[in-house]
Amino acid sequence: MNRWSRFNIASIVIGFAFLYLPIVLLVIFSFNASKLVTVWAGFSTQWYGQLFRNEALMDAAWVTVRVGLLSATIATVLGTLAALAMTRYQRFHGRVLFSGMIYAPLVMPEVITGLSMLLLFVAIGFDRGFWTLTIAHITFTMCFVAVVIQSRLASFDRSIEEAALDLGATPTATFFQVTLPVIAPAVFSGWVLAFTLSLDDLVISSFTSGPGATTLPMKIYSQVRLGVTPEINAACTILIGIVATGVVIASLVSRRQQIQRERDERAAFAAG
Amino acid sequence: MKSLGSIRRSFSPWTDPTSKPFISFRNVTKRFGDFVAVDDLSLDIYTREFHALLGASGCGKSTLLRMLAGFEQPTSGEIVLDGQNLAGIPPYRRPVNMMFQSYALFPHMTVEANIAFGLKQDGMPKPAIAERVTQMLKLVKMEQFAKRKPHQLSGGQRQRVALARSLAKQPKVLLLDEPLGALDKKLREETQFELMDLQQDLGLTFVVVTHDQEEAMTMADRIAVMAHGKVIQVATPAEIYEAPNSRFVADFIGDVNIFDGTVSRAQASEIRIEADAGFAIEAASSEHPSEGAKAGFAIRPEKIRVGRQVPAGGPVNAAEGELWDIAYLGDMTVYHVKLNSGKVVKASSLNAVRAVEDPLGYDQKVWISFDRDAGVVLKD
Amino acid sequence: MMNRLFPAIVNRLVIIIPYAWLLVFFLIPFVIVLRISLSETAVAMPPYLPVFAWADGISGFIDNVRTFSFDNYVWLTEDALYTNAYISSLTIALISTALTLLIAYPVAYSMAKAPTTLRPTLLMLVILPFWTSFLIRVYAWIAILKPEGLLNQLLLSTGLISEPLIILNTNTAIYIGIVYSYLPFMVLPLYSALEKMDHSLTEAAQDLGCTPISAFWRITFPLSLPGVVAGCLLVFIPAVGEFVIPDLLGGSETLMIGKTLWNEFNANRDWPVSSAVAALLLMILVVPIMFFQNAQSRLDREGR
Repeated sequence: MNRWSRFNIASIVIGFAFLYLPIVLLVIFSFNASKLVTVWAGFSTQWYGQLFRNEALMDAAWVTVRVGLLSATIATVLGTLAALAMTRYQRFHGRVLFSGMIYAPLVMPEVITGLSMLLLFVAIGFDRGFWTLTIAHITFTMCFVAVVIQSRLASFDRSIEEAALDLGATPTATFFQVTLPVIAPAVFSGWVLAFTLSLDDLVISSFTSGPGATTLPMKIYSQVRLGVTPEINAACTILIGIVATGVVIASLVSRRQQIQRERDERAAFAAG
Repeated sequence: MKSLGSIRRSFSPWTDPTSKPFISFRNVTKRFGDFVAVDDLSLDIYTREFHALLGASGCGKSTLLRMLAGFEQPTSGEIVLDGQNLAGIPPYRRPVNMMFQSYALFPHMTVEANIAFGLKQDGMPKPAIAERVTQMLKLVKMEQFAKRKPHQLSGGQRQRVALARSLAKQPKVLLLDEPLGALDKKLREETQFELMDLQQDLGLTFVVVTHDQEEAMTMADRIAVMAHGKVIQVATPAEIYEAPNSRFVADFIGDVNIFDGTVSRAQASEIRIEADAGFAIEAASSEHPSEGAKAGFAIRPEKIRVGRQVPAGGPVNAAEGELWDIAYLGDMTVYHVKLNSGKVVKASSLNAVRAVEDPLGYDQKVWISFDRDAGVVLKD
Repeated sequence: MMNRLFPAIVNRLVIIIPYAWLLVFFLIPFVIVLRISLSETAVAMPPYLPVFAWADGISGFIDNVRTFSFDNYVWLTEDALYTNAYISSLTIALISTALTLLIAYPVAYSMAKAPTTLRPTLLMLVILPFWTSFLIRVYAWIAILKPEGLLNQLLLSTGLISEPLIILNTNTAIYIGIVYSYLPFMVLPLYSALEKMDHSLTEAAQDLGCTPISAFWRITFPLSLPGVVAGCLLVFIPAVGEFVIPDLLGGSETLMIGKTLWNEFNANRDWPVSSAVAALLLMILVVPIMFFQNAQSRLDREGR
């Protein structure tokens, strides 16, 4: 019963094949010599060259990265505060509403969020562009950050903060010297999550951006509607490559640390 | 260790009316919502005392310690340390340091950095910090582990680092919250003696919270037995064991037999109780319940003799029964004797001789007996 | 506890800053959506009447309230297009959620049973697609599902079919798209529920006479229900309002409310009606969203 049965292996293989096959095919066909995306006509990197000469696409990529960096950073600050508020303050006025506003954006259909934010910007007469885009991205990504950090804080041993206070650290010193360094990995993964969510977003961006602030997904979307092209495949492959490399490296590093840590603990235990 | 016994015997500032307490809890109450964690409690602790707060979980002992450290504020009453009222002083300005139950070592810092943490907060110059850290590492014999992180240490080593860290600032009082709770039995026993030596050498005042009576008995000069937010008895370990002031304390510390009965004669120094278990008890007593009142007589198992012969005094301080259970523990044997009245009495005797001829066996008729000053009379 | 040690102002700011941000940029926009859904369309910029006039004060506000009209909502109920779009969105989301659960459960179950050394890698592999763009993952399916696409090429060459299957631009393509895109959202909560389960429970059940299959249905599955609920809500709620998938994979006859809203807004420029569409969608989703929040905060409390 506890063995890994044939059924288990089959489920995993089929499940992961389903998850990865479309992406693999997309990557393969980005190297297709033919303009027809579904007929293989030999290996070529011509679409990548063409991609980098496509200035509109490059501009969009630059906007996307700028919005991503800025919004992820602010969202991380706000999300950390929100997570602290949720875990450290058990009672305050409007806590239910607050937690509602943290969780709702996680599942809220993007068309609703996007439309409502656009209407806000119009109502207060804020010109749509880079800044409205950034604000919108901060708003929906900070909730993801808050949830990530909150789960770290939930298992946080509060006695180390008390120990710091007991040893003469002021509350502020305690926060910056003890609390923040300890939750730093969660804060960092919150930032990475916010950055990739911002990088990927199409619907909310479409509603809240204005002229001159077209993001890469918006650009890709408008071209995809005209049909599948190898150039878009190439753009997607680069995006996937960047994200996948980052995530794989990050998880390998943390896995390595984990293994090292377990080894240390065993050694310490054996040494008595 | 050798000098320890003699110093300890002569150390009893609480009996000296001219000595002033170092820490005073004065009518301290702490409520959490409807729950009263500490209830109008007053307690004095003296300089260089090793004081144990002993009680079951939820008795308020940890809350008391946390109020002294400054993590909780009393709802009413005051806490005075060395003449200074601690009200409103945050934990980071109090001259006390605490060793936490979980040790609370900073996981992202090395052993050195953990010990240096408190000194840095005080703005001590770097060379002085380094010197003190080395001194502390030496004190707890952890010199070769200075560069390790907490997760690279065993439980016992972590405990030492936590101790070194809390001592580094040379606090006036060291608070220890279940300091040995996470260690295994053997290590715990060793560490108990190390802590006692350390306290003697440094001349510090220790306040330790524990639920382990053996730990409290071993280490403390005085024990405050707590229940429901109140101190039931404060006394030396010997007094707590031999002269408990209540059924609760008698029952809480060690094994005890309590015979309930009615006082039939109450004289200046002697009391006679007709025990419900069907025999008479004549005991020396400092308590003086009136004749006809209900009273209890508490006696430890090792102070009860078990034998086949009828004891000399007849049915006074002796009763007949049969051997119900025998537990051979190596150093001693524990007997459960079922008296004719049905009450089961626990008695124990040291196995001072290797081979006993004709040992007591199951279901045999036996007599239990004890001396008139072997137990304590407890008023109801 | 230690919060009391901070000056009151610091304590308040920790709460107030994110709170205020969410109020202004998340909650108030919904109020505006509601407000605009109650106004009339105009050929102007912004294309609705009347606009807020803060300067008018209370009396102005009351006048403003008098101009509220439910015309847009009446319009929504009268026009079969909208009613059908809502119903078909809910149906599609429901079917896709069920399909996702069906596929995700064996995967999560097998992951939870995998050797402990393998589990972190498997977990990373499930999360990895989540980090790659949603749009790209949907886009990847177009090339596969097209009549002359890779799937048909494969099936034709193996002789399983003689005519290309028409999948792209049908509801089937939408199901595939939703199941594919949301699979990690279902697998993760299921895995975390199954992973922490005590293996000795099923052993005990079998020891007491259950067959492995009945042990699964009577022990394992009931205990994984919190994960099932969380996963289903994580898929269902966003799927109802999904726009990208029906737009790229669905056909012209496919009705989904997210797409309808997008068209109403971008093509017809009818802001009041699209606000009404959004408001109604929100009202439909409020119950499952609150359900989700409850489940989530319960999990948080247990985590503590």
